[in-house]
This record gives sequence, C-alpha cells and structure tokens, in this order.
Amino acid sequence: MGWTGKVLRVDLTNGTSTSEPLNMEWADKYLGQRGLASKYLSEEMDPKADALGPDNKIIFATGPLTGTCASTGGRYSVITKGPLTGAIACSNSGGYWGAELKFAGWDMVIIEGQSPKPVYLTIFDDDVQIRDASEVWGKSVWEADAWVKSTHQDPMMHVAAIGVAGENKVLYSAIVNDLHRAAGRSGVGAVLGSKNLKAVGVRGTGGVSVKDFKAFMKATNDGKKVLKDNAVTGVGLPTFGTQVLMNVINESGALPTRNGRDVQFEGAKDISAEAMAEPRKSDGKPNLLTNQACFSCTIACGRISKIDEKHYTVQNKPQYWQASGGLEYEAAWALGAATGVSDLEALTYTNFICNEQGIDPISFGATVGAAMELYELGLIDKEKTGGLELVFGSTEALTTAVELTGKAEGFGKELGLGSARLTAKYGRPELAMTVKGQEFPAYDPRGVQGMGLTYATSNRGACHLRSYTVSSEIMGVPEKTDPLVTEGKAALVKAFQDATSAVDSSGLCVFTTFAWTLDDIAPQVDAAIPGDWTTEKLLEVGERIWNMERMFNNRAGFTAADDKLPERMMKDAAKTGPAKGLVSGLDKMLPEYYELRGWTPEGVPTNDTIDRLAM
Amino acid sequence: MKITMKLYASLGQHLPPNANRNEVVIDVADGISILEILDNHNVPRESCHLVLLNGVFQAPFERSESRLTEGDHLAVWPPVAGG
Repeated sequence: MGWTGKVLRVDLTNGTSTSEPLNMEWADKYLGQRGLASKYLSEEMDPKADALGPDNKIIFATGPLTGTCASTGGRYSVITKGPLTGAIACSNSGGYWGAELKFAGWDMVIIEGQSPKPVYLTIFDDDVQIRDASEVWGKSVWEADAWVKSTHQDPMMHVAAIGVAGENKVLYSAIVNDLHRAAGRSGVGAVLGSKNLKAVGVRGTGGVSVKDFKAFMKATNDGKKVLKDNAVTGVGLPTFGTQVLMNVINESGALPTRNGRDVQFEGAKDISAEAMAEPRKSDGKPNLLTNQACFSCTIACGRISKIDEKHYTVQNKPQYWQASGGLEYEAAWALGAATGVSDLEALTYTNFICNEQGIDPISFGATVGAAMELYELGLIDKEKTGGLELVFGSTEALTTAVELTGKAEGFGKELGLGSARLTAKYGRPELAMTVKGQEFPAYDPRGVQGMGLTYATSNRGACHLRSYTVSSEIMGVPEKTDPLVTEGKAALVKAFQDATSAVDSSGLCVFTTFAWTLDDIAPQVDAAIPGDWTTEKLLEVGERIWNMERMFNNRAGFTAADDKLPERMMKDAAKTGPAKGLVSGLDKMLPEYYELRGWTPEGVPTNDTIDRLAM
Repeated sequence: MKITMKLYASLGQHLPPNANRNEVVIDVADGISILEILDNHNVPRESCHLVLLNGVFQAPFERSESRLTEGDHLAVWPPVAGG
C-alpha cells in the first residue's frame, strides 16, 4: 500500500532516533502529509510553546501518493509551529527529496528537542545517524548540499537544508531541497536553525507499493491524460510557468505594488513570463533556459534561468553563472512589484540568493517593500541601513538587502524580522501587509475580493495556496466569478480551503487542480491505500483538517480578532484599474464564512461542528 | 481611433512586428467589436480564453457586442494559470 507504515522519530536533545508504526487510525481521518502531520503536531505539542524553543517539533511528512507514479507525486510538507506567525505552519515542497524519503522506508520524520551543537541527519534506508555539522555550519544551502553528498560519496542523495538565514533564525527562512525547491513559508528554516539541525540527507533504495496495482495504474494514467489534454497543465504551465500571471494580475488591477500603495505596476511587463523568454538586449540570450519537472510530474512548470554574466550583480561571481531555479510568479511579484524594481536580471539574482541562503522570497520582498515605505517616510535613515538608499525602485537596494539578509548582517538583521515586527519597531504597524504576521502573496484583496477572505482566514497567515480563488475569480477555473464582488465568496473560499487541505495531504501538487477535481484524485488515493476513498470522503477529511488547524491556532491564543486585513486594504481604495474606488469587503464576507464553517461569531468551531467531523 | 491591443503567452505570435513587450497601439474603426479586432489579427477565437477590456473580463457572448472606444486597452490570453 501507499504507506511504508513507519515513522522516524529523532530526539535531538538526547541524540537518539527510533522507528514507530504510522498511526493508521489517524491516517484514515487525516489522510497524510499536511493533515496527518498536523494531527501528530496537535496531539504532541503545546501550541503555546516557543516556536524557536526545544518544545516545538518539526515534521517532514509525505503523502500516500508521494514516491508513486501518480503525476506530481513527489510532494512533502514541513509542519511545525511557525516562528513568523506563532500559528501552525505547513510548507509544501516539490523536487525529489520527498520521494526519496519514501524510498528509504519512511512516511514521516518527527524531529524534537534541540541539539547542543550543529548536526545533520542522514537517512540511508534504516540506517539513521545524527552527525556533526560543525564543518558546514555557516555555509549556504548550496554548499551544504554539495558537502553532504561529497562527505558520503553519494551523488544520488537528496538534501534538504537551511542556509545562513535559517541558522540566524531569520523569521521567514526556508528549508530548501534539491538546491531550489523550498518549503518556503512561515519560517520553517528558523525552526531547524533553532534546533541546530543543518540538513537532512536521504538516500532510499526501496520503492512504494500500492493497494491495488491494476486500479492504481488505470487511475494514474487516466489522471495523466486529463493533465496532458488540459490547455493549462498540458501547455500553459510547462511553456510559460506561473509567471504568465504577472501581466494577467496587473491588467486585472490586483497586483500589490510598492507595499500595497498601488494595485498596478508599470514595470510588470518587464518582469513577466514573456520577458523571461525574450532575448536580452545585452547578450541576445533569454533569461529562461528551460522548464523543469519535480519527481513524477507531467506538468513541469518549474523555471530554470541563467543570469547575464555581465550584469552588475554577478560580475566576477561565477558561482551565479550557472543555470538554476528561476523566477516563479510569487517571487517575481514580491521581489519586483512590491519593491518597485523591474530589472529582471536583478530579480533573478535576488531569487538565486534566496535559494542559496534559504529565504522565502515572498516575505523577503514584501518586507523590503515595507522597509522602503518606512525609509521614504523618514522613519528609517541611511544610518540605520548602513548607507543604503532604500527607496522604491532601487535595484541596488534590493540586491544589497538580500545579501545582508542572507547573511544576517547589518540592516539585514532587521529585515530578517519580517514586515510586521519591522514596522511595529518603527511605530507604524499598519504598514505591514500581513495577516497573523505573514506577508501577503501576489494578489491585492481590493482587486480580488475572495483573496481578502482567503488571507484573513488562512491558518498559516496570509497565503494564496490555502484557497486559490484567483483560479475562479480571474482565470475562470472551474467557473468564472466576478473578482470585484463579495457575494458568494465565503462559500467559494470554504470550498477551496477544504479541497486544498485534502490535496495537500495526498502527496500531489495543488497545480493539478487546474485540470483535476477531487473526482480525478479520489480513485488514485483509493487504489493506493486502505479505506474507501471517495470525493466525499476527501472533502470531509479536508474540512476536518481545516478545523484541526484552526483549533491549534485557537489553543495558541489566536482569536477572531486575528482574522483581519491591514488597514490599508480596508480604508485606502484602489487607485487604478477595474477595482478603482474599492476597498476589501472582508467585513461582509467574514460573518457568513464563520456561519458556513459552523463556527461561533468568535471564530470557534461549535461542539456540533466538532461532533459532525468526528474530531 | 487608437486602442492598445495586448496579446500574451502563445497569442504573442499574432502581434504585428512593431509590438513591444506584447502590446501595440493600433488604429481601428470607431465602434469596432472585440471579435472584429481579434479576427483582423488572425487570433483564433477558440484560443481566446481570458479577454479583458480595460481589465474587466468579457465573457464569450459579450465579445461580439462589446464596442471599443478611443484609448481602450484590450488584453487577451489563451488558457493560463499559475500561483
């Protein structure tokens, strides 16, 4: 069956590791990955614990389809209490690491405690070792990746690591696997840093069996045909990547620009998918080299880019002349529109540094945007920034800021706090475009009303991946809704949240849902693992997961008062585009959302809801 | 009258040579419809998934009826998505 049935528990305080059986009762109720690991976290730790203390746990979790031939079946998630938010964190990554963990015979790794000195973990099938990492502490993700493989003389290993940012507990530091795939959000990298765990290197020699092989092959092949025949997953995403959205969202008047002062960016066309594919004036070569697929993926949306070697950012730095992970839409938006910078090569360089040092580019770019606003208001000066002129549109400010933040040096230490803490420090907390301390992604809640409710109610702080109503409101998938109205959005958000919770728990990529519905996913899950997995069961599991995450946060001290958007979104109307004159209608949507969820007006699941979901 | 036409992703191949970064200002007849503009540039109707007139979505049934005025921006994409 799709499970190995084994959980690896690593105690860093005592330096031990043990194997235990996967809780199959929980697996039937919470599926896997995001849902199942969140259940373990909820049961095993006090949600009030310090996210960067020894009582926090961090779980690397696969889904039942991770490591199988189901399309996109290579995902894993990192579940912990997030230091950026204080809320439950679940950051999802692709690449090859998740499948390798399954091949090594493990469904999940639960890491607890705190090592007294820098260590890294190696997993060679059943051989699990906690090893001295003093030689690689202070090095980047890229250096750590090469060092682990070289030390163990095994280039087939897959490594998930933190960079200097994670070591220094930059609050939005990421865990990066396979050099440029990341569990990016909420500061999961800082949790590893707090535990003195530099990296987890995995090599597996087993495989993943499924419950019903014939049914599994039919279901997964049927699914692949749907992805291939769909214009988005078959052509659009592999050719143009997520970056095709840059012009779409800008034209729709929903591209948060210069820390949300504007909703359209005049430089959008210069940092778009189309611009990436166009030959550069400088050397006649395009920024984009090719697309790339994660394990078992038949979509292949990933971008592989190469920076112009003569660009000022990489002159005399040949380590950045290689092809590496290029700009995805969210990164290009945060590093570009949020800061007003439209130099594509500079954004690519900044993105490379984010990968190299393990930084979430969304939160980093948004934090630089907030800092630029503070600077322009005179609340931060050159003395504070170490001479850096931190004005909107300054390419040099952006590229210097990422170098400083990556190494946690100078003003980079303050940028590493994230925009909520930074703006609060300078007396203007309302200038943080955050929810629950986490920065918005690339959609303005005034121009895409459903995303305002999505951000406000997201269990991990502002996030687009918890309920991607943009799909419906802008792209018309599965059906077109009006982005400028609030009517119907509470139900839309709830439906997206529940379905996405299930997808995130399966081992599959959420991008499949541009073509697949749960009707396509249920047969694949059902053929892989025990239990009668239907669309209805997946939806019920998804709703159960959503409520469980909410209850974790409530126990951590969050209330309905935290389901709010920054003042700017509620009071300052959009200045241009279709949403001109509009603010977010969150206040209209939120009460209806609570009611649909079966929560009290205070945002607490009622006893009836808890009973209905058998929690 | 002059309007700005923007064709993105794979539709970029239908832009005239003087287009820059997927957009071009074109002269069109007063009162021209969206479909007439797209037909004039050989943009296959079935490829026009997302059609925005000044940023506002135009459903397929509106595209023959919606008339453009001076200075309008027409932007068109094939089926695309991201996130």
